[in-house]
Amino acid sequence: MNSHEAPELSPALAHRAGLSRGELRYQRCAPCSAAVFPPRTLCPDCGSLSLSWQRSTGIGTVYATTVVRGRDGAHNVVLVDLDDGFRMMSRVEGPAPEDVAIGDRVRFRTTADAETADGDTPDGETADGNTAVFVPEEDVR
Amino acid sequence: MTQSLRGRAAVVGVAESDLGEVAPGLTHLDLIGQATARALADAGIAKSEVDGLFTASSYLPMAAMDTAEYLGIRPRHLDGTNIGGSSFVSHLLHAAAAIEQGLCSTALIVYGSTQRSDGGRLISPTRPDPYEEPYGPRYPLSMYALATSRHMYEYGTTREQLADVAVAARAWAQLNPAAFERKPLTREDVLGSRMISDPLTVRDCCLVTDGGGALVVTSAERARDLASEPAYLLGGGEATWHRNISRMPDLTLTAATESGRRAFETAGLTPADVDVVELYDAFTINPVLFLEDLGFCAKGEGGPFVADGGIAPGGRLPVNTNGGGLSYGHPGMYGIFTVIEAVRQLRGDCDERQVDGARVALAHGNGGVLSSQVTALLGTADALN
Ligand SMILES: [Zn+2]
Repeated sequence: MNSHEAPELSPALAHRAGLSRGELRYQRCAPCSAAVFPPRTLCPDCGSLSLSWQRSTGIGTVYATTVVRGRDGAHNVVLVDLDDGFRMMSRVEGPAPEDVAIGDRVRFRTTADAETADGDTPDGETADGNTAVFVPEEDVR
Repeated sequence: MTQSLRGRAAVVGVAESDLGEVAPGLTHLDLIGQATARALADAGIAKSEVDGLFTASSYLPMAAMDTAEYLGIRPRHLDGTNIGGSSFVSHLLHAAAAIEQGLCSTALIVYGSTQRSDGGRLISPTRPDPYEEPYGPRYPLSMYALATSRHMYEYGTTREQLADVAVAARAWAQLNPAAFERKPLTREDVLGSRMISDPLTVRDCCLVTDGGGALVVTSAERARDLASEPAYLLGGGEATWHRNISRMPDLTLTAATESGRRAFETAGLTPADVDVVELYDAFTINPVLFLEDLGFCAKGEGGPFVADGGIAPGGRLPVNTNGGGLSYGHPGMYGIFTVIEAVRQLRGDCDERQVDGARVALAHGNGGVLSSQVTALLGTADALN
């Protein structure tokens, strides 16, 4: 890159920029077509630097689930397999934490969307309120 | 590890430091000092002969230098590889290779932690993953709970079967005076204990203790001239497929499949040849996964394999004969204790818990969140020939 060109966003910042616009972004490798998440500079499958940004459909399936129980109550932690071909940790909002089950179909939204929708602020939030979470697919408004 | 390393090095000294809840003010380095002196005495080797030092620490990112200074050792070969709890089994393989290549001749592998005296907090240099931390998983417990949920879903593994892993560990611990928890434990006790990260209860989790350990390793040629009975390294393998649980390709299949295959190939052995098994049991799901992945039972059959006393004293396979991380002790990282117990079993030093005629022992370390897997096969002189 020449010094007078505007610098590109780093992989992490490009992902966060997506979240702030209500998008779940991941990368797709040009040579091998791998879906790459979390964002990085190199394809972990084939080693290529040719990764391009994609907007995820946001639809996925719960792959694994647990309920973390502490003094402040219980919350759900899941791994979600997105239909686009990548996996991420998240939580499913809406159902009671223990009612989230492997195989459940879920849809992405951000916690900023959640605040608009039901006015509460779930714990474990990032500073700008844009954390990728999921809701049961039929509950999407 | 290549075939040529089979039987080339041996563990000739093993020891623990004070264990459980140690005297106030003792540090992790103090425990390493205790374990070192005891292991060298066990080997009949002077500290001045140690020229290779291997260690990993939860406290110090450059632990090898701090440890060398504390012990008064000037090593010509240092290995500070830190791959979590599997580090020390890895160090054993690295030490054998270093000795074979002439990088050192007397290797000391050490670990110490005062995690219990520190207040039970997991001292860890690990930085939370920014793509996992916002969701509040309890590291590392919730990651193992996620793997457990998937194993239950795919193979019908039950909480009762997992509870039996903890019950078996306690039964072995009752035969080991050095174990921290020796009160009777039933399946119902485990099932009825406090749930922390579903489906794992507090009794599905390892203890929080203080403790340290040391191993002395040298060449097989030299080992034959020493007072102690050598435990020969017959084979070993390492494998790492991920760091964070959300990047583990299949939560029911660990890299122990690869580390184990390599260890057995090097040793020229199969699981049927193994008399005693020491697995890193940070959580009750671990032995289930590792017994499957190391080939002691088929994938998905780990639950039935461990249930109803299958791995308890008198069961089908002696597993974690010291009581394991679940009942013997777990000072932050447990891997070195798998080797210590394997060596003692091969020497016939285990009194009430001794596995009769143990010739081949497997020690398996696990690091991170099922991330790093290291397998070592050790044997008596009889097994070597
Ligand atoms: Zn690629």
